[in-house]
Amino acid sequence: MDELRELYQATILDHNKKPRNFRVIDDADRTAEGHNPLCGDQLTLYLTMDADGRVADVAFQGNGCAISTASASLMTEWIKGRSPSEIEGQFESFHDLVTSPVDQPVDIADMGKLAVFSGVREYPMRVKCATLAWHTLREAMANTGGTAQTE
Amino acid sequence: MSQTAYDVAAVRADFPILDSQVRGKPLVFLDTAASAQKPQVVIDTISEFYEAHYANIHRGVYRLSAEATQRYEGARDTVQKFIGAADRREIVFVRNATEAINLVAHTWAEQNLEAGDEILITALEHHANIVPWQMLGQRKGVQLRVAPINAQGEVILEEFEKLISDRTRLVALTQVSNALGTILPLEQMIPMAHARGAKVLVDGAQAIPHMPVDVTQMDADFYVFSGHKLLGPSGIGVLYGKHALLESMPPFLGGGDMIESVSFEKSTYAPPPARFEAGTPDIAGAVGLAAAMDYLQGIGVERVAQWEHQLLEQATAKLAEIDGLRMIGTASEKSAVVSFVLDGIHAHDVGTALDQAGVAVRVGHHCAQPVMEIFGVPATVRASFALYNTPDEIDRLTEALRETVEIFR
Repeated sequence: MDELRELYQATILDHNKKPRNFRVIDDADRTAEGHNPLCGDQLTLYLTMDADGRVADVAFQGNGCAISTASASLMTEWIKGRSPSEIEGQFESFHDLVTSPVDQPVDIADMGKLAVFSGVREYPMRVKCATLAWHTLREAMANTGGTAQTE
Repeated sequence: MSQTAYDVAAVRADFPILDSQVRGKPLVFLDTAASAQKPQVVIDTISEFYEAHYANIHRGVYRLSAEATQRYEGARDTVQKFIGAADRREIVFVRNATEAINLVAHTWAEQNLEAGDEILITALEHHANIVPWQMLGQRKGVQLRVAPINAQGEVILEEFEKLISDRTRLVALTQVSNALGTILPLEQMIPMAHARGAKVLVDGAQAIPHMPVDVTQMDADFYVFSGHKLLGPSGIGVLYGKHALLESMPPFLGGGDMIESVSFEKSTYAPPPARFEAGTPDIAGAVGLAAAMDYLQGIGVERVAQWEHQLLEQATAKLAEIDGLRMIGTASEKSAVVSFVLDGIHAHDVGTALDQAGVAVRVGHHCAQPVMEIFGVPATVRASFALYNTPDEIDRLTEALRETVEIFR
């Protein structure tokens, strides 16, 4: 089961058991729902923004598999203080990290802890679990009040 | 094969895919409830049919077309005998069970039901036996009623009987729950429906590969199933309907092969089953399905059922030893399906972990979201057993589950 531990690294298991920022922000400036109809994963993301348009606070609620829960938890740690353009750039980088072909090297230099998701690309059926939180974040930043769906 | 011992090694040798490796480990295929693997004889029959006998049917006067027609119509005879239908004209080839249900919804139900009428289903139904009736309800103002289940996943018969009213025109029932494995007591339920004048449609998709089926004895008005769950190819399925009913029904799809005569003013329709088989059907699919039925009968459906029941009992006992495992669906009468959740571990993580061990199971809502809701789980892990599974494979499953628990807890 070594390959499995490659996918489910200790950081992922830890954030699954103890998700960070796992709460509701009552006076959130922005909220968005994410739903993965295939597996039933569901999350709600809450953001408050500062005067410069950066993320001041973030939280999430929901239920899902270890990959999606840990991805949401680690994402909330990463985005505090980030600007919309930084977030958009990171969305693309994260997407590349989990979807690039297995035989191609990926740049994890700027990924920090998010690099623990590099094993996901070996499991195409699980990519949507890893990206649900990020799709929901994009929805919240666009502030259209829509629901992010991975299907 | 001797009549006394079930020779599972010989059965496995008939299924080439079972020799595969997954992630460096021998495949343990426990997802037959989603679709069955195919024996060599089915694969060869289809190849040979295309290589030596293929042409369109019911048309040509040349030899190949006559051969293909004989094989296709011969498949209808095989299906008739396999399910105990009284008349070969009661067998309609369709794509799958889903299409068969939609056919009945768009023809018989469209013609016979009106606003205020009711259709009764059970809480165990697959989406295929829910959604077509909801769509009909929206078109016609027909009410959908749902018979509840108990904590074991069994239909509560008293409640079922109470829900059959004078307005109930159709009772649509699964024979075996795909999500939980519950076998429904059709021998009690069908007479209850008939006593109030309702017709009965039985969804046999999960039942027919695993138990002897006799549609005449069970007195189903309609019986539907898919070929791919019965060791046959995907793309072919069967609608059985009592002849008088089929005879009374309008066509489903219009086109070639379903007509008697066509003019621009008016067309007249062929009698059943041709009336419901517009266009070129899956000819090789029907031939392959007949080969699958012959294969299953060669082993003996009753013997297969006994073997699978042993596997179910063994799996149920072994899984009960796993820490934090909760079985979803514990009906007293079950087909060889175990559906379960592991405390604190999402079904999709379990599915990935088992895949790593070469064990293929289904995780998710199994196209039966209402069942999941009743048990308060978003998804379950489902292992389903078939004629080619072994006690060793159940050990591989339980071992992989233990390792999964170790990693995630």
